[in-house]
Amino acid sequence: MADAMLQERRDANTQGALLKVSNLEGWYGESHVLHGINFDVRQGEVVTLLGRNGAGKTTTLKAIMGILGKRKGSVVFDGTELIKLPARAIARLGVGYVPEERGIFASLSVDENMMLPPQVKPGGMSVEQIFELFPNLKERRNSQGTKLSGGEQQMLAIGRILRTGAKMILMDEPTEGLAPVIVQQIGRTLEWLKRDGYTIVLVEQNFRFAASVADRHYVVDQGKVVDMIPNEDLEANMEKLHAYLGV
Amino acid sequence: MFELLGIPPQALFGQLLLGLINGSFYAMLSLGLAIIFGLLNIINFTHGAQYMLGAFVAYLLLQYLGVGYWGALLLAPIIVGAFGIVLERLMISKLYHLDHLYGLLLTFGLALILQGLLRNEFGISGLPYNIPSQLSGGQNLGFMFLPNYRGWVVVASVIVCFGTWFMIEKTRLGAYLRAGTENPTLVGAFGINVPRMITLTYGFGVALAAFAGVLAAPIYSVNPNMGAELIIVVFAVVVIGGMGSILGAILTGFGLGIVEGLTRVFYPEGSSVVIFVIMAIVLLVKPAGLFGRTA
Repeated sequence: MADAMLQERRDANTQGALLKVSNLEGWYGESHVLHGINFDVRQGEVVTLLGRNGAGKTTTLKAIMGILGKRKGSVVFDGTELIKLPARAIARLGVGYVPEERGIFASLSVDENMMLPPQVKPGGMSVEQIFELFPNLKERRNSQGTKLSGGEQQMLAIGRILRTGAKMILMDEPTEGLAPVIVQQIGRTLEWLKRDGYTIVLVEQNFRFAASVADRHYVVDQGKVVDMIPNEDLEANMEKLHAYLGV
Repeated sequence: MFELLGIPPQALFGQLLLGLINGSFYAMLSLGLAIIFGLLNIINFTHGAQYMLGAFVAYLLLQYLGVGYWGALLLAPIIVGAFGIVLERLMISKLYHLDHLYGLLLTFGLALILQGLLRNEFGISGLPYNIPSQLSGGQNLGFMFLPNYRGWVVVASVIVCFGTWFMIEKTRLGAYLRAGTENPTLVGAFGINVPRMITLTYGFGVALAAFAGVLAAPIYSVNPNMGAELIIVVFAVVVIGGMGSILGAILTGFGLGIVEGLTRVFYPEGSSVVIFVIMAIVLLVKPAGLFGRTA
């Protein structure tokens, strides 16, 4: 009975917001970078954080993941408050992280990079499934991780998180510096992940790419979320968005 | 008997063996230092004292509990390693956010304290520790006489060094360690308990030093200063091999032991400085060390 109620409450929660970020503030050393970030992400949504360079998008992901030195406010994921937890505990709750610099380890082979993140939840993909998704990686299993091309490293950075069973993935500029054909492949992957029920928070500079995969866009400026634009209203808000992004 | 460059073979091979023995200790100790430096970014100046503690624990186990050499070879690394873990948790871990220099000062101070305490208690004349009966005697190889125990030290050291290398370079556990050395923040963000990994790595590096200490006890007598004398040379070995390279530490350790032995044959006056001369040259020509990666 109590279990059922709890489950119901949890369901209600996830139908509301899987991730709820409130008044999130963050610091790099002495410099105050995030000044009260507010946004939420529903189960199964793909949400982007858009904004100029230095607006605080990457820092927001780091603060959610628990790898920013100092942070305060509230980050609730799946009913659990994350703000006081260390990164490893946040990862164990099922939050996956694909960092901007990709974080492929030079002293590990492709296989070892793939196997590095431990499984945190049941239902992750098998290595074979990931290699099906990214066939390039399979041919290069034994190569040194950083000998891969930029695109392959990005696929590895995404692939290894899919193994862990994490159902929410924080992705920091997965298309940065990649050739258009690779960007398309990453885009197809994201669509596929979305269909499969993954929840994704995406930091993106590539605006067209963001528009092709996301449900909603949050605009970040000077460490705050200043606007939210549903993807279907994007056309109507183009002018405003260009002003925000300074393009 | 034949002669080589005017050197009788007994002398040549005798010194080679001695070099190989010294090299075994250089390799085991610099390996531990390299592992610790890689993950903790701490230059563990207590390493020599921990090697000395290994020998003392072996001595005390025998004196007070009647535990012999083979038991000590297993127990002393565990005991000293556990001591290292306590040290890391209580003191060293408080310094990770500070400059390297603080860790160096702390571990150097700890080494002086440990050496001072034991010097006060046991003096500096050295305590005898017997070769285990199974390894007494030796083999006449024709060109030289090989004491069994010395042969065992070389074999044990090679096994331990390459076992450690295999564990780090070829296993899942080692992959965690290598990844943690490169980017501990990201490894933590994958859900791995990096602080625990750091603690255990320090314990392992210290245990390695203690293992070397037990191996050394029957060769050199058990002496509070035994580590302080050795560690200076070991640091030179680490600099030559390159900080943080596992295979580099092992190969440089054995290699420099042999070079030192050969110098003792051909130019005895230079034998105590040859490693430092090589260090100076390496620093001038390849500052990151022979196997080091330039950052």
